Amino acid sequence: MLLITCPHCGPRPELEFTHGGEAHIARPENPAAMNAEDWTEYLYMRANPKGLHAERWRHLHGCARFFNALRDTTTDQFVATYATGQPRPDLKGAGQ
Amino acid sequence: MSKTLRTPAGGSVNRAKTIKFSFDGKTYQGLEGDTLASALLANGIRVMGRSFKYHRARGVLGAGSEEPNALVAVRRDKARTAPNLRATQVELYDGLVAESQNRWPSLNFDVGAVLSLLSPFIPAGFYYKTFMWPKSAWDKLYEPNIRAAAGLGHAPTEADPDTYLNRFAHCEILVIGGGPAGLAAALAASEGGERVILVDEQCELGGSLLSATDALIDGQSGRAWRDAVVAKLAANPKVTLMTRANAFGYFAHNMIGVAERLSEHQASPAKGAPRERLWQIRAREVVLATGAIERPLVFPDNDRPGIILADSARTYLNRYGVLPGRRVVVATGHDEAYRAALDLHKAGVTIAAIADARPNPKGPLVEAARAAGLPIKTGYAITGTKGTLGVTEARLSPILGAGRVGRPEIVACDSVLMSGGFTPSVHLFSQSRGKLVWDETLETYLPGQSAEAERSAGACRGQFGLAKALADGFAAGRDAARLTVKRDFVVQATEGDPKGVVGAMPHDRGNGAKAFIDWQNDVTTKDLKLAVREGFQSIEHIKRYTTTGMATDQGKTSNLNALGVISDALDRPIPQIGLTTFRMPYTPVTFGVLAGMARGNLFDPVRTTPIHDWAVDKGAVFEDVSLWKRARFFPQGREDMEAAVRRECLAVRSHCGIFDASTLGKIEVVGPDAAEFMNRFYINAWTKLGVGKCRYGIVCREDGFVTDDGVVGRMSQDRFHVTTTTGGAPRVLAMMEDYLQTEWPDLDVWLTSTTEQFAVIALQGPKARDILTGLVEGIDLSAEALPHMSLAEGTICGVPTRLFRVSFTGELGFEINVPSQHGRKVWEAIWAAGQPHGLVPYGTETMHVLRAEKGFIIVGQETDGTATPDDVGLTWAVGKAKPDYVGKRSLARPAMAAPDRKQLVGLLTKDPHIVLEEGAQVVVTPGQKAPMALVGHVTSSYHSAVLGRSIALAMVSGGRARMGETIYIPMPGGDIAVDVTSPVFYDPEGVRVNG
Repeated sequence: MLLITCPHCGPRPELEFTHGGEAHIARPENPAAMNAEDWTEYLYMRANPKGLHAERWRHLHGCARFFNALRDTTTDQFVATYATGQPRPDLKGAGQ
Repeated sequence: MSKTLRTPAGGSVNRAKTIKFSFDGKTYQGLEGDTLASALLANGIRVMGRSFKYHRARGVLGAGSEEPNALVAVRRDKARTAPNLRATQVELYDGLVAESQNRWPSLNFDVGAVLSLLSPFIPAGFYYKTFMWPKSAWDKLYEPNIRAAAGLGHAPTEADPDTYLNRFAHCEILVIGGGPAGLAAALAASEGGERVILVDEQCELGGSLLSATDALIDGQSGRAWRDAVVAKLAANPKVTLMTRANAFGYFAHNMIGVAERLSEHQASPAKGAPRERLWQIRAREVVLATGAIERPLVFPDNDRPGIILADSARTYLNRYGVLPGRRVVVATGHDEAYRAALDLHKAGVTIAAIADARPNPKGPLVEAARAAGLPIKTGYAITGTKGTLGVTEARLSPILGAGRVGRPEIVACDSVLMSGGFTPSVHLFSQSRGKLVWDETLETYLPGQSAEAERSAGACRGQFGLAKALADGFAAGRDAARLTVKRDFVVQATEGDPKGVVGAMPHDRGNGAKAFIDWQNDVTTKDLKLAVREGFQSIEHIKRYTTTGMATDQGKTSNLNALGVISDALDRPIPQIGLTTFRMPYTPVTFGVLAGMARGNLFDPVRTTPIHDWAVDKGAVFEDVSLWKRARFFPQGREDMEAAVRRECLAVRSHCGIFDASTLGKIEVVGPDAAEFMNRFYINAWTKLGVGKCRYGIVCREDGFVTDDGVVGRMSQDRFHVTTTTGGAPRVLAMMEDYLQTEWPDLDVWLTSTTEQFAVIALQGPKARDILTGLVEGIDLSAEALPHMSLAEGTICGVPTRLFRVSFTGELGFEINVPSQHGRKVWEAIWAAGQPHGLVPYGTETMHVLRAEKGFIIVGQETDGTATPDDVGLTWAVGKAKPDYVGKRSLARPAMAAPDRKQLVGLLTKDPHIVLEEGAQVVVTPGQKAPMALVGHVTSSYHSAVLGRSIALAMVSGGRARMGETIYIPMPGGDIAVDVTSPVFYDPEGVRVNG
């Protein structure tokens, strides 16, 4: 069971969280103006990286807030967790 | 051999306390402190089981959790029977009843042993190759018979009456293994005042110190040192010591699963005493001090009862005061066997020979054996044994080189001790995803790069010998606790060379003799060689083909020898063959301990409404809807569901019905931007919805497909009372939170689940208003003041209420929301007031029929995650003027408007008595053979009492353009002709709802 550090509550067991998919995919400002390719890209295409992955988690059974995390998909180690809206931390060379 | 093999003195068993137990129906005596294995050995019982495949007689091989042979069932009563327990780990108690397994009719005369004679015909992969035809015979004939003949114990068929507990624990340092390295690690780690947990699988801490004899630590005997350290640790409030605790799994981020045996070792556990406890321990740092397991030698007929690992024999002698025999042959490739020989020699056992495969063994242990006059044959291999139910002679042959041996000598004996060296227990390290590296010197795998905050110490990382184990353990504990404490242990012990032998011994025997690699799964060197000859190259494939290392012992004694034999057969060094993954559990754990309290009613939470007990009293039949118990129907007298539903339906249409809708999901959407939030989230338009009005809302996902629906009431400018489907409430709230928190943080809105706060009483039918009138205060119930799809706040029976004028039946209807704690009282008041009006309670089944008569969809029944609002006829609900809402862009895709999409229609069977099957397929052309051209499926189907015929809803390709057409439902009994109609079967003008 993963140990996840909620940026608002601190380290908590995975049981308290739900996973929210890839982070930093903002809903477009004006979907109606988008062509089908761009909309498809937004709706379905995900990076699925081997290595560091920015993903969303929600501390459902805690503060109930969404936040972002950088997790290495090969080791399951979290490199950073940070509040929604903050940019992905620049961790060149870290964790990979 | 009936003479007792118990020594007159020695060991840590309590010689003053005799214990009676039974094995296979015969009564024996043991001593307090015995295991079942040591007690049986003391009684001269050598055959403890029959082997898995060949039914060969087997005795005990080891003395701990590595034991592959002596698997027994321990039986307290019919339900409390635990199969496949290692006799070496079963603590003896008064009245213990144990039975051997996999034998018939008895252990010493087993009919199945004839399989051993047939063994040339049942090599590796035999089952795959032989039982192939006919296919149907596998399930009915082959598999049951193979399973009956080859097998382990039998699980009891009764439900488990025992209690199992579950606890989480946190600590800074978790030490796994209570031998010298683990004790030293705990000692060091405890100096810093942080929380330390030490777990060990045995009934007492100490590991190898429990059978130590001559070693001195800081001037004390091993046992005395152990006692002092344990006492010191136990006195430290920050230290938790756990025995009988199997650390079975290493999970991500330093969570360790530990199964602790609580009462299994007690003669009569207190009534209700828990049997086991599952610990989930999260540690900042883990110290693995899991020790090493002695490797058997691989030689022909190495599995006879009486052939035992050398160090295990030492344990039986020094800890339990039991001799393996009176005249012992020692076969070895490792120094430690000399220690066993010396201890047994001191105990008066005749050492008939020591056959050492090494040409020139040296060192203090060898010298001590020479000094004691023990007959040592260097450069000798054991090449065979004899004896029917136990070894009676050993065959010792000089090794000539190149795998050849010279003329054998036959040595009479009643026990053979063997040692190929020690294999570090890297199971948990490997489970933690740490990388194992091959050590050329020790010829074994050792922990390399760690993946978790973990370190190995002592024998499990190749640091053999007491002095090294203590120093290494102390350093690991100190480093894990981030301390700088120092301590030097003064150790006086005779240490040997840690290197041993791997793989098969050279021998001159023909094909008839079996040299076992994996005792528990009956895998021999021949099986492995056959797999290589048949083309298998990868250890992963060879393992699965031969099943080596795949038994319940996970190859604890066999893995390295298997690699050695395969390495020879493939002529490739061991590290190039690869290594299979070590999997949890380290030793088997019970289902009970994993299930814990999550059984019966606690398996899944059960949600009940405030009106639940009333429905129970009225004899309701319930159904599960997500976690809720919902009343399905209220049978009267001997009514079946069909009759009850027919009566309930008619009563609602003619008089009035009362329905518990409390399970509806409810979300309070509040804030200055509440309307804007609703606009963005729902497909409907909300800005113009007046206060006190309701609207049927539909939620799509961003991909444009319907995911939930429900009536939404506007309580005030900044407050919406949202309802969702019963099962969809958490999903909708999570989706709302997602958009609010991550996409629209600019909106000032609060979302609160109010599902449990309101009891909801639906009153539906032409008499509904008449019934309510006398109960309500402050609300004008007239059609003019409170028309369909409006709401008002007031009181009912003195309780504040949100009164909705809504209908899911097509009748005049109200949904009365009251605080949950008043739900039952208000329900009963309405019930009483309704008696003169013919009020009946109805359940979910009637609710389904009534809504289907009106063509109202149920999300998840008519929709399946691929239906758009238009597909289910809800285009009217879409806020078309809105620039955006969740799902709008996707709904603009051309494919979403394709004319052949499946659309909601009604189906009326030509024969009104036929009720279609839900899920049945729809075709246009009758009389087709499979595969047919399918155009849709039936989603809902009922008998409608008010219409006096069957009705059905269906999703049919281009359905709305097919109105009036006849299409077909192909069924095993033939095609059923149906007319495509509007989905609204009853009161299509919608007059009744406005009553």
